[in-house]
Amino acid sequence: MAVTVQVPKEKYNGQVREIVLGATKEQGGTRAKTVKIGGESTLPFLHFEGSMPNPPAIAIEIQDRKPSDWSPVLLDAWKEVADDPVKWAKAAEAAGADVILLKLNATQADGSPNDAANARRVVRQVLQATGLPLIVFGPGQAELDNELIVAVAEEAKGERLVLGICEDKNYRTIAAAAMAHGHLVNSRTPMDVNLAKQLVILIHDMGLPLERIVMDPTTGALGYGIEYGYSVMERLRLAALQGDTMTQSPMLVTPGEEAWRVKEAKVGTDVPAMWGDWAERAVYWETVTASALIETGANLVVMRHPVAIQRVREMITKLMGQ
Amino acid sequence: MALTGLQIYKLLPQTNCKECGFPTCLAFAMKLAAKQAELAACPYVSEASKQQLEAASAPPVRLITLSTDGRKVESGNEIVLFRHEKTFYHPVPIFVRVKDTDADLAAKAKELDAFAVDYVGIKLHLDGIAIENASGDPAQFAAAVEAVRGAVGMPLIFIAKDPAAFEAAMAKANGAIPLLYAADASNWQAMADIAKKSKAPLAVKGDGTLESLANLAEQIKAAGVEDLVLDPGARGFLDTLTLATQIRRLAIKKNFRLLGYPIITFPGEGVASSDEEPVLAVQQIGKYAGFIVLDHFTPARAYALLVLRQNIYTDPQKPIQVKPGLYEINSPKPESPVLVTTNFSITYFAVSNEVEGAGLPAWLLVADAEGMSVLTAWAAGKFDADRIAKGVKTTSVESKISRKRLVLPGVVAVLMGEVEEALPGWQIEVGPREAIDIPAFLKLKP
Repeated sequence: MAVTVQVPKEKYNGQVREIVLGATKEQGGTRAKTVKIGGESTLPFLHFEGSMPNPPAIAIEIQDRKPSDWSPVLLDAWKEVADDPVKWAKAAEAAGADVILLKLNATQADGSPNDAANARRVVRQVLQATGLPLIVFGPGQAELDNELIVAVAEEAKGERLVLGICEDKNYRTIAAAAMAHGHLVNSRTPMDVNLAKQLVILIHDMGLPLERIVMDPTTGALGYGIEYGYSVMERLRLAALQGDTMTQSPMLVTPGEEAWRVKEAKVGTDVPAMWGDWAERAVYWETVTASALIETGANLVVMRHPVAIQRVREMITKLMGQ
Repeated sequence: MALTGLQIYKLLPQTNCKECGFPTCLAFAMKLAAKQAELAACPYVSEASKQQLEAASAPPVRLITLSTDGRKVESGNEIVLFRHEKTFYHPVPIFVRVKDTDADLAAKAKELDAFAVDYVGIKLHLDGIAIENASGDPAQFAAAVEAVRGAVGMPLIFIAKDPAAFEAAMAKANGAIPLLYAADASNWQAMADIAKKSKAPLAVKGDGTLESLANLAEQIKAAGVEDLVLDPGARGFLDTLTLATQIRRLAIKKNFRLLGYPIITFPGEGVASSDEEPVLAVQQIGKYAGFIVLDHFTPARAYALLVLRQNIYTDPQKPIQVKPGLYEINSPKPESPVLVTTNFSITYFAVSNEVEGAGLPAWLLVADAEGMSVLTAWAAGKFDADRIAKGVKTTSVESKISRKRLVLPGVVAVLMGEVEEALPGWQIEVGPREAIDIPAFLKLKP
C-alpha cells in the first residue's frame, strides 16, 4: 500500500518589501542598470511555496584609498587596483559585483583627514567608472560620517545610492540627506530584533519612505558570533513574513568586513598548524560567513575576496534554480 | 506531537492514588507534559494508555547512534525548525569518505582522526569515516574496513550497493556499530536483514520524492528495522534545501513518523567543483542535515565547517561563557596594565589569545556581562562603568598592582568618563577596537 505525503507548505501573510538600488538616466540618475532586492513571500529559496523574484545581490567593497588594515591575502587578490578607486570599481564590476560599496576612510592616503571635497571627488569618479548602483559608507565615526555623507548625497543627487552608516546616533543627518537628494539609507543596529525594528520606525517617522530603507542588522563573523546575526536575521525575516511591516525591509549585511577582521582570515603566522593553509582558510572564512547569512535571509551581502564572491555567486545561481 | 497535560490526564486512571508522588493525577499529568516526571511512576496506567503516551512522547526526529570502541556519535532528537525557538540538540556529525580503492587507507584514516582544533576551549574534530565499496568487490571492501578499523577507533559509515559487501564488511567491523548506506527499492529486503542481524542503523535512499522515501521507510520498518537515516536522493543546493525543509517540517509539525529520522547528505556529489563542497555543507549544517559526508578534506575547510556547526548548535539561551574574574597572562608584574573585557567566551579567547601570543604580561579583568560580547553587552546595558568597577573591587586587583592603569576596549571608548568617575585614582586608557590589534598596542604602551 503506497503512502501519500502531502508537501507541507507555509502560507505567510506578509512579504519582504522590494527595493530598487540605483537610478538610470530616465529615473534621474546615471546608472546603466538598477538592482532590485527583496520581494520574497517565503523563507530564502523555498520556491515550492512562495515567490522569490530577486536573487540576493552581492556588493563588492572598494575603498577611497588603499586600506591600511587589510589582510595581505585580500590585498594580493586586488593588487595595484586597490590604490585607485576608479580602477578598483572597474575590477569589482569585472569580478561579478551587482553593486559597488565604496567605503570612505577617516584619512586620505597621505595621512591627512578625509573631507567633504575629497569624498565628492571620489564618488564622482567612481560613478563615472562604473554603471552599477553604488552604496557609500563613511568611516563609521558619526561626526565624520555626517560630514562626508551629506556632501556625497548632494554630489550624487538622484542616483538612489544607499548611504551609511546610518545608526542610532546619527540617523537624523544621514536620513535627511537621503531624503533631500533621492537616496536610500542602511538602518544599522547591533544584532537585536527590536533595535532593528525601532530604527526603521524612527527613520520612517522622519519622512523617508520605507522603499528607501535597507535594514542592516549586523552580524558576527564565523566563530565570532555569527549565530547571533544568523538568528536575529531569521527572526526578523519570520516577523516580516508574518506581516510586521516595520521588519519587511530587505536585509544588508557585511560578511566581508566581519570575516576579514578575525584572526583566522587576517593572520598566517604563529597560528595552530591544524588551521590549515592561510589563504584557503581566509577565503572560506568569508565564503562560509556570507553563505550562511544568505541562507538565513540576507538580500544584499557586502563581500571582499573575488574567489569567495565567485563561490557565493555559484550558490545563489543554483538556489535560484538557474 | 507532544500531548498537553489535559490530554495526558484523560489517559491516566484518574484515581488520585498519590503513589506516583504527586497529589493528584492531574498534577502528575502536568509534570509529564513538562517532561519533569516519568510515566513509569504510575503503577496503574493501562497498557493501551501506555502505548498511546509512549508513541506521543517519542521525539519527532529519532535519535540515531553510531559507535566504535565506545566512541559514539548521535544525531536526531531535534524538536524545532529554527534554533531561536529552543536550540538544535545534536550537532550534525561530519564524516569524510574514503574508498576501498584508495591507497594507504590506514594513513588516511589516521590523518582524519588526528585532526583537532581548539575553539574557545572546545576541541573540535571530525566525527567519523565513511568507507565506500568503490571496487565493487566484497573482499576488497572488507579489507578496507579492516585497515581503517585497525588504524583508528572512529565511528563508521559503510557505503555499498551489494548486500554481500555489507556482510563481508560487518565481519570485520570488530564490534563497531556503523551506519549502513543504503537500502533502496531494489535491495531493501536483504539490507533490512543485514541491519537487523548486525543491529546497525540503516540508511534509506529515495529517488528524489518524499513518497519514495516514506514508502521505503514503511516497508523497512515493517520488516523490523527501527533505526533509520534518510537520503532523499537529491544532491544539489536547491533540491536538498527543499526536501530537507519539507522532511523536517513533516517530522516536527505534522509528527509524520515515516520521515522522522536524521537526513544524510553528500555535498561533494551536489556540486560541479570541489571548491563548492563546503558551501553546500554550510547550507546543510543550518538546514537540517543529520549526517554530512564530505569527499574533500583539508584542515582549512574542516576548521571552518566545524566552527559553523559549533555556532549553529550553540544553545541561544546559554551563550558560551567564561567565569568573570581576574586572569593572569604571561606572569604579569605589579606594573603591568589591567585590560578589561567581557565574559563572552569568544570575546575572552580573542583577547587572551592575542595578549598571550604577544608574549607581553598583562592582567585581564573579565567583567560579568552576562555572557555577551563587548558591543552587545554595552548596547544592552550589561557592560558599563558600574560593572567594570565591581569587577575591580571583587577581584581585589588593586592589591596586586603598583600602577592603577586600566585599558578599555576601543569600541566602548564612550565609557571612559564614567569609568574615571567610578574608579578614582585610576588612569583609564582606550585600547584598540579589535583584539587583533592588542599586541601592537601593548608593544607601544607596555
